[in-house]
Amino acid sequence: MDILTLFVVIPVLTITGILFLKDTRHVRLVSAFGMGLQLLLAAVLVFLYLSARHAGNTAEMLFIKDYLWFKSLNIHYAVGVDGISVAMIALTSLVLFAGVFASWEVEYLRKEFFISLILLSSGVFGFFISIDLFTMFLFYELAVIPMYLLIGIWGTGPKEYSAMKLTLMLMGGSALLLVGLLGIYFNSSPDGNLLTFNILEISKVVIPLPAQRLFFPLTFVGFGVLGALFPFHTWSPDGHASAPTAVSMLHAGVLMKLGGYGAFRVAIFLMPEAASELSWIFIILTSISVIYGAFGAIAQKDLKYINAYSSVSHCGLVLFAVLMMNKTAMDGAILQMISHGLITALFFALIGMLYGRTHTRMINEMGGLMKVIPFLSVCYVIAGLASLGLPGLSGFVAEMTIFVGAFQHPELFYRIVTILAVSSIVITAVYILRVVAILLLGPTTNEHFEHFTDARWFEKISVVTLIGSVAAIGLAPFWLSTMIGTSLQPIVDRIIALNPF
Amino acid sequence: MSLGTFLVMRHELLLIAAALLVLMAEIFWNPDKRRYISLFSVILFGIITIVGFLPSPIGSLFGSMYVTSGTRLLMKNILNIGALLVFIQSVTWLKKEENSEKISEYFILLISTLVGMNFMISAGHFLMFYIGIELATIPIAALAAFDRFKNKSAEAGIKLILSSALSSGILLYGLSLIYGTTGTFYFNEVAALFDNDNLQILGFIFFFTGMAFKISIVPFHLWTADVYEGSPVNITSYLSVISKGAAVFILIIILFTVFPVIITTWQKTIYVTAILTMTIGNLFAIRQQNLKRFLAFSSISQAGYILLGFIGGNQLGMASVIYYILVYIFSNLGAFGVVIAISNATGKENMDDYNGLYHTNPKLSLIMTLALFSLAGIPPVAGFFGKFFLFTAAAQKGYYLLVLIAVLNTIISLYYYLLVVKAMFINKGETPIEKFRSDFPTRFALGICVAGIVVTGFASIIFEVIKNLSFGV
Repeated sequence: MDILTLFVVIPVLTITGILFLKDTRHVRLVSAFGMGLQLLLAAVLVFLYLSARHAGNTAEMLFIKDYLWFKSLNIHYAVGVDGISVAMIALTSLVLFAGVFASWEVEYLRKEFFISLILLSSGVFGFFISIDLFTMFLFYELAVIPMYLLIGIWGTGPKEYSAMKLTLMLMGGSALLLVGLLGIYFNSSPDGNLLTFNILEISKVVIPLPAQRLFFPLTFVGFGVLGALFPFHTWSPDGHASAPTAVSMLHAGVLMKLGGYGAFRVAIFLMPEAASELSWIFIILTSISVIYGAFGAIAQKDLKYINAYSSVSHCGLVLFAVLMMNKTAMDGAILQMISHGLITALFFALIGMLYGRTHTRMINEMGGLMKVIPFLSVCYVIAGLASLGLPGLSGFVAEMTIFVGAFQHPELFYRIVTILAVSSIVITAVYILRVVAILLLGPTTNEHFEHFTDARWFEKISVVTLIGSVAAIGLAPFWLSTMIGTSLQPIVDRIIALNPF
Repeated sequence: MSLGTFLVMRHELLLIAAALLVLMAEIFWNPDKRRYISLFSVILFGIITIVGFLPSPIGSLFGSMYVTSGTRLLMKNILNIGALLVFIQSVTWLKKEENSEKISEYFILLISTLVGMNFMISAGHFLMFYIGIELATIPIAALAAFDRFKNKSAEAGIKLILSSALSSGILLYGLSLIYGTTGTFYFNEVAALFDNDNLQILGFIFFFTGMAFKISIVPFHLWTADVYEGSPVNITSYLSVISKGAAVFILIIILFTVFPVIITTWQKTIYVTAILTMTIGNLFAIRQQNLKRFLAFSSISQAGYILLGFIGGNQLGMASVIYYILVYIFSNLGAFGVVIAISNATGKENMDDYNGLYHTNPKLSLIMTLALFSLAGIPPVAGFFGKFFLFTAAAQKGYYLLVLIAVLNTIISLYYYLLVVKAMFINKGETPIEKFRSDFPTRFALGICVAGIVVTGFASIIFEVIKNLSFGV
């Protein structure tokens, strides 16, 4: 079996293992073991990938495996990775690993919780390794559905409403996507050869422009719903706020990145001409996402809502950068996906841990936590600083690259929206610092808070994993940047070849 | 004509023999042996189902009034599988006190309808087709009224017989117009003589309307919900899966072989009816509380998706329709199987009764979820593949807008399917259904359904076989 398929097989095996456990106390151990293995595998993959590139392998995708599945429609199970997908896989396994530890204390229906969580992750991994649009779509939907149960059963607040809203909106996105993918498929071979779902093969042909104009918006919006594209972002705040900790982490950290990744890898890569023609519409929408999300975060009082709106803003930035269609901005977009994935997962993990102690998420009901739980509080400050782009942490590298890239665009319109989008950094600073001030500093407002215990061992594992990764990217961004950059080059070459400015 | 040529009719002959054997068992067995009639019928039918898959001669009989081909045999086999599942699911229910006198009737009537469907599918002549369709319908009306002491059941029987009589009348009127303009009832001759004559198109429209009644395509669906609700659950599942499947099969054969000349006409008809059927079926399903009615409306909307396979008139379309019916048999019978199991154990059929079901009966809840996800088209279960192929078939001919409407409709359907999932997993029931253990036949049938739901999608060979046997206009 090839290494990429293992990424789907390990979660499935873990689920099977959990199913046969008699004692629910062992469920989390098995999950942690399985996901630890997955993390290890991701590290091996990164290593193998880098050494293959080092050895001079310049193929666009590595570790390609291709099995014919439905012969008459030329549907394959085809996997392969480039630097971008390797980075996304590494991100997913990190967040998932941290997520398992963050949900260490789930009591209610524990078995079912971990099964759903890991099932979701297998969808995500499958999505990132696929290079066949059919399997990609299959895994995409597989990642969305367990979310309904995860939020509906283990969530808080108006969980049934949020779960339904989230599921239906995301499936609505995938409905648009399905039409888009079918459109790509039936135009994948203008010369009358065999039609194909394979991304690499489709990228060798030029889809006729009228078809691109029709199917690019469908595909982009389809993925955009998951990437919190305005006005289809409304599932995100409700969904994140109601979801249990690990689910928020995985959802904001990884699932929303599926949107950005797909918009980039499928919509823009395969239909670059229409993308460049129509990018102005979507750039306006994503700019609204960026700014509106940031303002939305200011207005909120619930920690999870703050972070959810901030995710809308940051994920909007990913789509914004992707649409700029030059190498620096796209590089920044990928970095931002990774960086935001880690930071937001860290945030949600911390919020979950705070909530577990204070039983409230309202910032005005908390205060002075720095004195009672210093470890968690310091971590929260680090997460906040990373999120507002402090140099030395991953957020800075990503956002800087995005704005530099976006400003490179020669046309005035693009420069104006870039300037507008940059303003979101300032707004981000406002809501992050405000929360840090109220929550952590100042006097302790509630005497119950005095008895809090600081982070326990499993919480530390979860948090330290994420902070370590954030700092690693911030301090040494070059290895990641190179990995992404070399893979980005052929993609950008293709886009520019088809769209001379 | 030697006796051997009759073997072309093997499916029908076996079924008739089975019906007669069950009848003889009823007459000659002592009363205390009669309780084995269920078992006897199921085993007999199981053998027939297996024999159906053996290689069979193909050809035509009675001056091509009766035709078989690989495609038609496949269709019959698929129906046999579904019917077998319904048979097994009925065993527990037939053990009830009030049914003990009528076990053999039940099986004889069901087998008769299946004979009718097989003749209908093998028709090469409109009269043969008509006889088949009547034989397939009238015994069902008797079965719908099987709970004869329940008013609702009697009402369902009457409604079914009246509405099918009306639809047969409309169908016959259409056929008479076709006969009047072409002078023949043979499929191949009608096909050759058909052109875009107005009277012929009128005849076609009446014919299509008659069939639309049988498949319950909107706006001819009004009988469906009441009949489904009133009938015994087993009959409801039979109606919604087997009867509908058979009608879909023969409609696609007739559209593709008899009416290819007026393809543009029926494409328009199907375009409109497909949209109406999906949308209205889905919107009405949202508000249903009784699970039988709920599944009735869901099955109406499913018929709408199936029409997407018709519209292109392409080989892929026919393949996806046949494949989808196979998937639909497993999925819908899985869902009905759970409803039947719970109805047998507790008599409860409302969605509220399912609140908190997962905590008392986790396995049934999981099967129900799997079946509903398959109906909604969620990966990785078979329904996803079925829907994907239907949509691909329509997209192949450029019906992207229709596909978009259809996928948006699947979102509506997902909403109400999730309502059931929510009831089972999330809601807290005040008086949840007690934990119970179903007997062997019920579990066996559900097991087959689950296997079908899981395997049919991944095993691409099934689709490829169907694709190779299909044909386009």
